[in-house]
Amino acid sequence: MEQLSGGEMIVRALEDEGVEYVFGYPGGAALHIYDAIFKLDAVPHILVRHEQAATHAADGYARATGKPGVVLVTSGPGATNAITGIATAYMDSIPMVVLAGQVQTHLIGEDAFQETDMVGVSRPIVKHSFMVKRTEDIPSIIKKAFYIATTGRPGPVVIDIPKDLTHPEHKFDYHYPESVTLRSYQPSSRGHTGQIRKAARLLLSAKRPIIYAGGGVIQGEGCELLTTLAQKLNYPVTNTLMGLGAYPGSDRQFLGMLGMHGFYEANMAMHHSDVILAVGARFDDRVTNTVGKFCPGAKIIHIDVDPASIAKIVPVDIPIVGPVQTVLTELLAQIDAHLQGSDREMPEPAALAQWWQQIESWREAHGLWHGRRYGESELAMPQDVIKCLYEVTEGDAYVTSDVGQHQMFAAQYYKFDKPRRWINSGGLGTMGFGLPAAMGIKLALPDAEVACVTGEGSIQMNIQELSTCAQYGTPIKIVSLRNNYLGMVKQWQDMQYEGRYSESHYAASLPDFVKLAESFGHVGIKVEKRDDLEAAMREAFALKDRLVFLDVFVEPHEHVYPMHVAPSGAMKDMWLSKTERT
Amino acid sequence: MRRILSVLLENEPGALSRVVGLFSQRGYNIESLNVAPTDDHSLSRLTLTTSGDDLKIEQINKQLNKLIDVVKVVDLTEGAHVERDLLLVKVRAVGQQRDEVKRTTDIFRGQIIDVGPATYVIQLTGPTEKLDSFVAALGDAEIMEVVRSGVAGMARGEKVLAP
Ligand SMILES: Cc1ncc(C[n+]2csc(CCOP(=O)(O)OP(=O)(O)O)c2C)c(N)n1
Ligand SMILES: [Mg+2]
Repeated sequence: MEQLSGGEMIVRALEDEGVEYVFGYPGGAALHIYDAIFKLDAVPHILVRHEQAATHAADGYARATGKPGVVLVTSGPGATNAITGIATAYMDSIPMVVLAGQVQTHLIGEDAFQETDMVGVSRPIVKHSFMVKRTEDIPSIIKKAFYIATTGRPGPVVIDIPKDLTHPEHKFDYHYPESVTLRSYQPSSRGHTGQIRKAARLLLSAKRPIIYAGGGVIQGEGCELLTTLAQKLNYPVTNTLMGLGAYPGSDRQFLGMLGMHGFYEANMAMHHSDVILAVGARFDDRVTNTVGKFCPGAKIIHIDVDPASIAKIVPVDIPIVGPVQTVLTELLAQIDAHLQGSDREMPEPAALAQWWQQIESWREAHGLWHGRRYGESELAMPQDVIKCLYEVTEGDAYVTSDVGQHQMFAAQYYKFDKPRRWINSGGLGTMGFGLPAAMGIKLALPDAEVACVTGEGSIQMNIQELSTCAQYGTPIKIVSLRNNYLGMVKQWQDMQYEGRYSESHYAASLPDFVKLAESFGHVGIKVEKRDDLEAAMREAFALKDRLVFLDVFVEPHEHVYPMHVAPSGAMKDMWLSKTERT
Repeated sequence: MRRILSVLLENEPGALSRVVGLFSQRGYNIESLNVAPTDDHSLSRLTLTTSGDDLKIEQINKQLNKLIDVVKVVDLTEGAHVERDLLLVKVRAVGQQRDEVKRTTDIFRGQIIDVGPATYVIQLTGPTEKLDSFVAALGDAEIMEVVRSGVAGMARGEKVLAP
């Protein structure tokens, strides 16, 4: 059997696992591993400029490809810098394996140089973690880590590796296990047939149905099945922020995103529905508004692979625990059986027609473009920038975003027809996510157009990655909506704090982003007028091999609407503009 | 409502901190917690008393099951079960109190397991309420120190909690 050191085992195991990229940053406790990376030259490593970016890049890679992202950091500050990215992945159930160096075993607990209890610090934000105790265990621990990260409800797994266990001179037999079984971890492989049968009946008896689909449909590869189901029944579909692309965004049956900044017609249809089919969604507070007032007339079917997501927030009538794919397959078969059998007349055509009529009238009354106007200035409206991006990329780009107004505008105005194209930090809302995530995607999919929609606030949180992009030649397009404010903060201050802009602007301190981009060897384009937008956008995307930073000046006082009335509003209670509410 | 959850846990380093961390992280309360290895050395068994309505207990159960190190969870209070808590109490035992405390201990079928010139250490096992009433019954005696093991329990009859 092959004899390898701990450091070499790690590299070989990653190779055997089929890992395409490791995103990382070296340091003392990880140096044996880094030496093995150099010597074995088996897994490409991307040197980021900050460990947070390594986790976001791995995360973006995972979201776009469906494969786990891999991160390698050193102990102490390297490990703690990775925490925000691990939490981001955890909140959105993204498969990720984070290898962290640790001080030598005999120093643990002594407050040694660069010692942090990484397993302890990361405990609440990981699916699981391992502390390596013996070099021989490294292959099986890595196998288990990938298995846990990618199965059931996916999530990040941390492996903490003391430096002495990676020593180049201590060699052991290396064998990478084909498979693992864990007696304490057996994710559900199919839903309960009785429950699925009940769900089919309830769905068909609906008069005002709606399908509410979240990120779990994308993670669980259930998008096609969901689309088939929705189209077979002609039921309306709404997606969560995480679920955009699970159902084609430009289809007539799509009502848009729901929730705090959801479409009027989506929120209205949810509130007035009589049956909700929730799939891979988790009734987040940004969706439900006041839980006690959530969809008062609706019976709820909830499909999720994680039993803990079911009935956590809202009581459910028909819970179904299982992978979205197998459950939807079975549900479709049940529905087919009904439609071919005695229930040919279901769902009741007149009721459904009336429901669609109602939805169309909502759509007409207060659809997304309702009441939009231009100011006196020549500035572009932020919505126009997204619309322009959509047109120039023909709706086919991978779009990452940061967090703020620009994120919501992107979610509202870019119509995602395919899953895995909209990549954002929905659960944690991490500013600084967009650029490194775009980098990870572009590395995975070099032929795809990758755009990062950001704000001048968020982009500065991981702007150092422009240097990484220069090193590896990742020609992403950064579309920065410059409103000169922490816009989303400002919006809340406008609405709830009488316009007291406490610490939400930067005085005159913003850099010249064009020059900044140029200093890294990239291209920068400033767009100060609405009329120059389209040409600049086209120019940026025509520069196939270059990273382009588009610094687009937008109307600073624009708000994101609709917006749920909170606290104590229901799903149907929304601000539609600065002056109108439902 | 008070519940007793029995948990089989992999006997791995850090496993217990995941369980305890889960409770504090999600704002569930722990009234008592008892942990020790079982006859199978790869496993620890935890008995945890907590309280909450059905929904809350269901969530606790699910969240515990989600921890990779948790092998199995049962809610003992859902069926017939036995539960025992161990109490050690040190009391000042001088003068008249020396006899009084001894009598109360006998009534509760406790044992005096350490006798000092002016102190007793009393041991008592039983369900939580019995221990509570014993402590209350000590009345005027000066209680110097109390320690309890927390509840340990299992289902009555054929039912077992095994991996
Ligand atoms: C790391 C982090 N810190 C703070 C916040 C709170 N926050 C949410 S949106 C926002 C403003 C973002 O400003 P910008 O990136 O310019 O986007 P805009 O809203 O102006 O489009 C802030 C500070 C956050 N989400 N993430
Ligand atoms: Mg801004």
